[in-house]
Amino acid sequence: MGLAKRIIPCLDVDNGRVVKGVNFVDIRDAGDPVEVAKRYNEQGADEITFLDITATHEGRDTTVHTVENIAAEVFIPLTVGGGIRTVEDIRTMLNAGADKVGINSAAIKNPDFVKQAAERFGSQCIVVAIDAKQVSEEGEPKRWEIFTHGGRKPTGIDAVQWAIKMVANGAGEILLTSMDRDGTKNGFDLELTKAISDAVVVPVIASGGVGNLDHLVEGITKGGADAVLAASIFHFGQYSVPDAKHYMQQQGIEVRL
Amino acid sequence: MAKSTIAVIDYGMGNLHSVASALEHVGDNVEVLVTGDSEKILAADRVIFPGVGAIRDCMAEILRLGVDQVVAEVARTKPLLAICVGMQALMDRSEENGGVDCLGMFPGQVKFFGDQLKNEKGEKLGQKLKVPHMGWNQLHQEIEHPLWQGIDQGSRFYFVHSYYVHTDDPSLVAATTDYGVQIHAALYHDNVFAVQCHPEKSSPAGLQLLSNFLTWDGQS
Repeated sequence: MGLAKRIIPCLDVDNGRVVKGVNFVDIRDAGDPVEVAKRYNEQGADEITFLDITATHEGRDTTVHTVENIAAEVFIPLTVGGGIRTVEDIRTMLNAGADKVGINSAAIKNPDFVKQAAERFGSQCIVVAIDAKQVSEEGEPKRWEIFTHGGRKPTGIDAVQWAIKMVANGAGEILLTSMDRDGTKNGFDLELTKAISDAVVVPVIASGGVGNLDHLVEGITKGGADAVLAASIFHFGQYSVPDAKHYMQQQGIEVRL
Repeated sequence: MAKSTIAVIDYGMGNLHSVASALEHVGDNVEVLVTGDSEKILAADRVIFPGVGAIRDCMAEILRLGVDQVVAEVARTKPLLAICVGMQALMDRSEENGGVDCLGMFPGQVKFFGDQLKNEKGEKLGQKLKVPHMGWNQLHQEIEHPLWQGIDQGSRFYFVHSYYVHTDDPSLVAATTDYGVQIHAALYHDNVFAVQCHPEKSSPAGLQLLSNFLTWDGQS
């Protein structure tokens, strides 16, 4: 027995409200991120990831407040991503009670930002989020590139090389999302997950495409991920976190029960 | 009953918010002070010595602010709980940042995990070890102790670290954890207790540990 594989529910939050919908039978106000986070904590989630998609500056203050409220009641690790662009943004989120921050497009604009962030706050709280899409043609060796703007804009950056570079710059963890799979419920891009997981020494969180519990299992057993992230299968009560953990344990994966 | 006060030592390294809020959450009638003021720390009933980040920076601030003397005084007089890099700072020396001398309150070293699994002889097995050691791992309690009260043997706690503690004195080990090597995940001596994991992020077992600390009289 040793380190458990982690299950991480993800909340997409806009102006202090969970979006993409959350539907727990016994939560009346399903859009309140604090209530949702508490519920996942009670279910035994190993961490919570909070993805802030708020566009406005005023809305960001709401986000900080929401993070404070979650941190006051939920005593498992909390990662906040979305809109983290400066050292000051990181400081604000950590002071609000986040344990880690996810950095995505700011790293693409300036890869040294990750270095500065890790030097200032320690690698343990710097998660680099990578949105990747397959660019190789049928029959070619598989290749993935980093995409921005929700998977619409290519950057020309090779995803595996980028992961290696980000870890060299001090990323303590990689949150890897397949933009081909995100929202499809067809399962993770396992080859992508495996390629990144094999290339770096830090933990990799697989994300994008989970539609059932076998997908979570495959992310670990075939993708080599250290943690699996999912949103909608949990939000709509299709599966609970304990359902997922018991199933993974039956498949021989070590989990925290 | 008078409020009991808990000082969380603030020496400018990282976020102490979660330690403080977890203590407030579990404590009845407690006042939690996040402070670097030595008078306030020495006046508190109990003290937490946390730490986040790189050991060189932590030790530099500890020495610059005189926190070493405060911690030494607390260790003589009242219950002290060291967490994560706070625990590492109590050892003789750390391999991190090219080698850094620490406070030497516990005999032993802080070592790098390395990037491969090793066998008992220290030979590399060719299987990759992810570093940092991040996530929920089991604490194997090696002794009975008031701080383990109500915590099941083998309970999981949240860890995040790239260097691990190894003491030269097995009689000080309160718990071990396996991650490629055997980590000395908790040490104790008299009224000092130290953990590598983050109890403040390890609900529910970690909150139980903090709750136990709030009523601990400093005896083993």
